[in-house]
Amino acid sequence: MATITPDETDTAAETDEQVLDEERDAFVDKFPTEARLTRWTFLVAFVALGIGGLFGLIQALHRTGAFRGFVSSADYYTILTGHGVLLVLVFTTFFISGFFNWAITRSLDRGSVDPRVEYGGFAMLLVGTVLAAVAILGGLFDSVPLSADVLFTFYPPLQAHPAFYIGAALIVVGSWVVGLGWFRRFWAWRKNNADERIPLQAFMVLTTMVMWYVATIGVAIEVVVFLIPWSLGLIQTVDPILARTLFWFFGHPVVYFWLLPAYLAWYTIMPKLAGGRLFSDPLARIVFVLFVLLSTPVGFHHQYVDPGIPEGFKFVAMTNTMFLLLPSLLTAFTVVASLEHAGRQQGGSGRLGWLKTLPWGKPAFSGMALAGLMFAAGGFSGMINAGMNINYLVHNTLWVPGHFHLTVGTAFALTAMAASYWLVPQITGKRLQLRGVAAIQPYMWFLGMTLMSNAMHRAGLIGVPRRTAEPQYEAFNYAQTVGGYGEMRIQIALGGTLLFVALVMFLAVMFATILAGKGGNLRVNSEFPEPLSGADDAPKVLDNLRLWAVFALLLVALAYGFPIYSMIQSGALDPSIPAVPVSLAGWLPI
Amino acid sequence: MEIHRYEKAWFVAGMVLIVGFIATIAYGAVGPGIAMVDDSGGTVGADPIANGNWNSTDAFREPGVYRTGENSFDVYIVAQRFAFNPGTGEPVRLPTGSEVTFYVASADVMHGFNIAGTNVNVMVAPGQVSEMTARFDEAGTYGIVCHEYCGAGHHDMAGTLEVVPQSEYDYEAANSEQREQLRTLQGGDR
Repeated sequence: MATITPDETDTAAETDEQVLDEERDAFVDKFPTEARLTRWTFLVAFVALGIGGLFGLIQALHRTGAFRGFVSSADYYTILTGHGVLLVLVFTTFFISGFFNWAITRSLDRGSVDPRVEYGGFAMLLVGTVLAAVAILGGLFDSVPLSADVLFTFYPPLQAHPAFYIGAALIVVGSWVVGLGWFRRFWAWRKNNADERIPLQAFMVLTTMVMWYVATIGVAIEVVVFLIPWSLGLIQTVDPILARTLFWFFGHPVVYFWLLPAYLAWYTIMPKLAGGRLFSDPLARIVFVLFVLLSTPVGFHHQYVDPGIPEGFKFVAMTNTMFLLLPSLLTAFTVVASLEHAGRQQGGSGRLGWLKTLPWGKPAFSGMALAGLMFAAGGFSGMINAGMNINYLVHNTLWVPGHFHLTVGTAFALTAMAASYWLVPQITGKRLQLRGVAAIQPYMWFLGMTLMSNAMHRAGLIGVPRRTAEPQYEAFNYAQTVGGYGEMRIQIALGGTLLFVALVMFLAVMFATILAGKGGNLRVNSEFPEPLSGADDAPKVLDNLRLWAVFALLLVALAYGFPIYSMIQSGALDPSIPAVPVSLAGWLPI
Repeated sequence: MEIHRYEKAWFVAGMVLIVGFIATIAYGAVGPGIAMVDDSGGTVGADPIANGNWNSTDAFREPGVYRTGENSFDVYIVAQRFAFNPGTGEPVRLPTGSEVTFYVASADVMHGFNIAGTNVNVMVAPGQVSEMTARFDEAGTYGIVCHEYCGAGHHDMAGTLEVVPQSEYDYEAANSEQREQLRTLQGGDR
């Protein structure tokens, strides 16, 4: 078992300041090229988070009617598109690229085979982001002939400027290229370590990427084969249901592309921060393999109320979706067991007394733990969404964004922020600044999200729609409930404001750290304790990535082959439905 | 591979939960008969809906309320940026306790058709007819909301459904257009 160097606590004596630079054991010193790539991806991620979060604040105030002075209600949808794209496409993809780049480097203990691959992927991500962002923000200015007010889901026949689709495609392809760099590292490592188990973090990165390659087939076909040629005028028409089907082929597994990096943090980093170790390495591997297999053949559960899709396909997707609960339920067990072990190691006792000994003052720990707690709540509202019949009540209501602000908006985003408090010092060689601000920031986020999300869920139940600038109508009132819609609006506006404050606090800590001088010993390091039950206990077949990729593709073929074939049979390739460009439409009530 | 006994128990409990969820949904379909929106509405060309050439298609009729039986109705609605016809300009009127089948088609982009706070909730896609059957037992004014973003005026796209007691429902004189349709129906059209 490796010797463990525990992370210093926040209250550690300041004597380590005196340790000389040469004695530092920082990731940045060992892998400078890889650390630089991670720094760049994090920088873009944080800028996207800041702008996307500001857009979120504008929306929370606008749609609740608290303040509508930022934009007109017509431009609300530009802000909404920017919020979605910047947060769930740009922030996530950049952060994950940097985070996984750290994880696989540390885990395989080797740098890139050829850094031009990873940096090339990063350049594609960046160009794609600029193209998409320019197309979206052009919608705010009448003088700019660009617009992409098509939201993050870009359903045709609403048509954005081609730059939007090309940018989105480059972001996806860029992530493929960065992933290729990681696989090349793995193959090189395998040559020298033929019989070794894949180190756990590398296993998690690689399985997540296998899932991602399978999942992005759908959106790649949608954008490259249909939407780009269509927006350039090369083809005249796109079938809306076929496009939606291809989008949701990708649109559900993409949430696991966000979630699995959080799981990586919860499984490998959080137990160490808590002063313990992972409970079970084999279970972690099984969980990630289950996600490879089950993440993709479920997309029809976003289309339960779509016309043009037979009920049987929806039922199959519902069944798959329910089984997708299993790996998350197993994760809940393993992560909580690891934390309980840590708590008891620190002297905690009793049924729940071990909770008190966990390091709640460390933002890296508290952020991940609170994110996990909110993910449990988000998981339960997700079960409702997956319920084919009860979904009638919540589909496209405010319940749905209420749900995913707990998942991607907290399970992922708060975990990413928490991981940054711990990782940014290691990739910059600088100590974390504004530690007091950092210590309360996760609690601020938790409070803001509690207010906003519970009110969004409840508002959804009385039929308040999502994705609208003014969800109040002259002709009718929503059903009366406890507290009424007015109380929910106040909570949403207040919660959104607190979330923005928490975001500013996070960014202040990050930029203060990035701008701080180097020097001194870091209080954190990337060494991990061995799990209680190690990799040797896991069946070897779990490490057979090729096998799982083939099974995943087979399941996708089963779930999607016949539905897409039957759509094409009924004319989906020649639907003769005219495009409706958003840039020309303007506000023309008919 | 060794699995802790609590872990095994948790796994079994998780599987019971999952199978239980699937069973409730299967029961909902077979027992109370909660039907899913599917492809039963059929497909329709863009032109009849956008240009009102109702006679050119068998998949859709002129928008309005059609009485199809003692207490059953078909309601044909066109969703077009940024209004429901009928629904927005004039409310859809129905008597309590009636069985209603909605047929909703889009004249332009993706829309949503949700009667706020109820189970009537369906996507409306160009090229498709969304079919959904419901029953309204309580009288009152219900909101019809477009819940899928459809353009810059999306938030104005809403309408109302008025459900009135059967004794107050004017089967004959709802509105002239509707009366016309009812006459046609009595003539044996459907």
